[in-house]
Amino acid sequence: MFEPSKKRGRWSWWYLLLLVQFVAVLWPPFYNKAEPYWVGLPFFYWYQLLWVIIGAVLTAIVYVATED
Amino acid sequence: MQDVNWIALIIFIAVFGFITWLGFAAANWRRGDLDLLHEWGLGGRRFGTVVTWFLIGGDLYTAYTFIAVPALAFGAGAVAFFAVPYTIVAYPIFFLVFPRIWHVCHKRNYITAGDFVRGRFGNRWLALAVTITGIVATMPYIALQLVGLQVVIGALGVSGTGLAADLPLIIAFVILAAFTYSSGLRAPASIAIVKDILIYLTAFAAVIVIPIELGGFGKIFAAVPPPKLLLATPGPNTTGAYSAYATLALGSALALFLYPHSVTGILSASSGRAVRRNAALLPGYSFMLGLLALVGFFAIAAGVAGPPEYAAGFKQFGNNFAVPALFLHSFPSWFVGIAFAAIGVGALVPAAIMSIAAANLYTRNIHREFFNRNPTDKQEAQMAKWVSLIVKLGALVFIIFVPTQYAIYLQLLGGIWIIQTLPAVILGAYTRWFNDWALLVGWAVGIAFGTGMAVAANLTPTYPLQFAGYTFPGYTALYTVILNILVTIVLTPVFNAIAAQRTPLDETVASDYYA
Repeated sequence: MFEPSKKRGRWSWWYLLLLVQFVAVLWPPFYNKAEPYWVGLPFFYWYQLLWVIIGAVLTAIVYVATED
Repeated sequence: MQDVNWIALIIFIAVFGFITWLGFAAANWRRGDLDLLHEWGLGGRRFGTVVTWFLIGGDLYTAYTFIAVPALAFGAGAVAFFAVPYTIVAYPIFFLVFPRIWHVCHKRNYITAGDFVRGRFGNRWLALAVTITGIVATMPYIALQLVGLQVVIGALGVSGTGLAADLPLIIAFVILAAFTYSSGLRAPASIAIVKDILIYLTAFAAVIVIPIELGGFGKIFAAVPPPKLLLATPGPNTTGAYSAYATLALGSALALFLYPHSVTGILSASSGRAVRRNAALLPGYSFMLGLLALVGFFAIAAGVAGPPEYAAGFKQFGNNFAVPALFLHSFPSWFVGIAFAAIGVGALVPAAIMSIAAANLYTRNIHREFFNRNPTDKQEAQMAKWVSLIVKLGALVFIIFVPTQYAIYLQLLGGIWIIQTLPAVILGAYTRWFNDWALLVGWAVGIAFGTGMAVAANLTPTYPLQFAGYTFPGYTALYTVILNILVTIVLTPVFNAIAAQRTPLDETVASDYYA
């Protein structure tokens, strides 16, 4: 009769990976610069656009890692 | 009408004709009995991962987004880019919280956030507070979509005097109202697919073709005045633009999924898994949003504010005319028609979903709760159809007769109000610990302070919070939801003690929240 509760609604350490995105983009002093430019874009802009991609990848990793 | 851009207009009308047909045909898509509220109002909950992606994306990335974000970049510069971190942090929140909400709503046949709060907390007044907040916050948002449509119609050169000037808008409204009435959520879901294809096409063309025309990103950014290029460095004793930017992003992210149209989009998904997958896939739209913010800079570099042919447009629509002017300046007429159709359809999709979401809320959580406790399925669906119509009509009347600036102010307030439902809805999805009356008081405090602070800040989004000699300008919504949560935490043990041995009502069980 013993039924392991397995992953049901359980906290997973993988979720901490999602926190990385928060730290990376919610601290403007860190990226409020124009240098270095990339393809003519100031750092402020390409940094945040890059984090859209990284964030999606991190979320995808967490999705796969925590999928039942 | 002598300035009409005929080629663009013909293509615009052709696209609209197509999506009108599609909106009505959608009733037959994954066919269901549209006299049932969950069929009309949630598409029968049959939308898989891909359709959900289009629907939620169509929901979140609206005509107003495409006009207003670049307009902000055009006018105010770097601060407009807050939309990017906003979407970056929104999706982890979505990923963690919303599958739980999806599961419990699916298991218990909840159609709205009001249903969920009613079931979870057993308090019809708390549910009513959540419901009214949702409806009131949605209304100005619908109105602003119509503004987006108005701008592109104006940019096509269609003009007139008096009510004739509004005729195209009224026609678009009638089309929208008709297919929403007949097909429910299936209509915007199917059109969202077309809309997103057009929008992506337009966005990529804009981001590739226009920079080439302007000589590359380097030249574009060189044309942006230095104060607008980056966030202003904060002065002494203040966190200045930095805290404003970060709190705008975080607060907007927290509020985003509390809007009824987000909830409706999510609840129409066929599985919790489709919801989770979308958390990883929807960021595709965020990238495009970032590119769109840059389009505002393209408009600066292209110098569209100067030429006299755009002067009338800027006079009538302010900075919202930046994107249409840029497109008129940079694209051949036929593509302008496609681009404007994309934006126009991009107004209809969220307007449809928002009106359906508001109708679902009214029907379930006001009418059924307080007026007619046992409607037949048909009565329920019929009521929702009428309410959706009335809501859209209200928005149309508002836009025609009231200056646009008021819609913008109301939208700002709406964001501050909707975030006050966070404790009941998002925290409620995790724990029943909070006392329901404490939640209601917390909500009321948040609403009162939020409105007061917004007014004190002259109806701008940030409030300069003063503490220990420092100033922390921050998004009013974020500050007040924190206050809301604190009040709720403090009052919960107090109210629990007063209520003596009353057991917390909760018709949900722990296993409802996951697969």
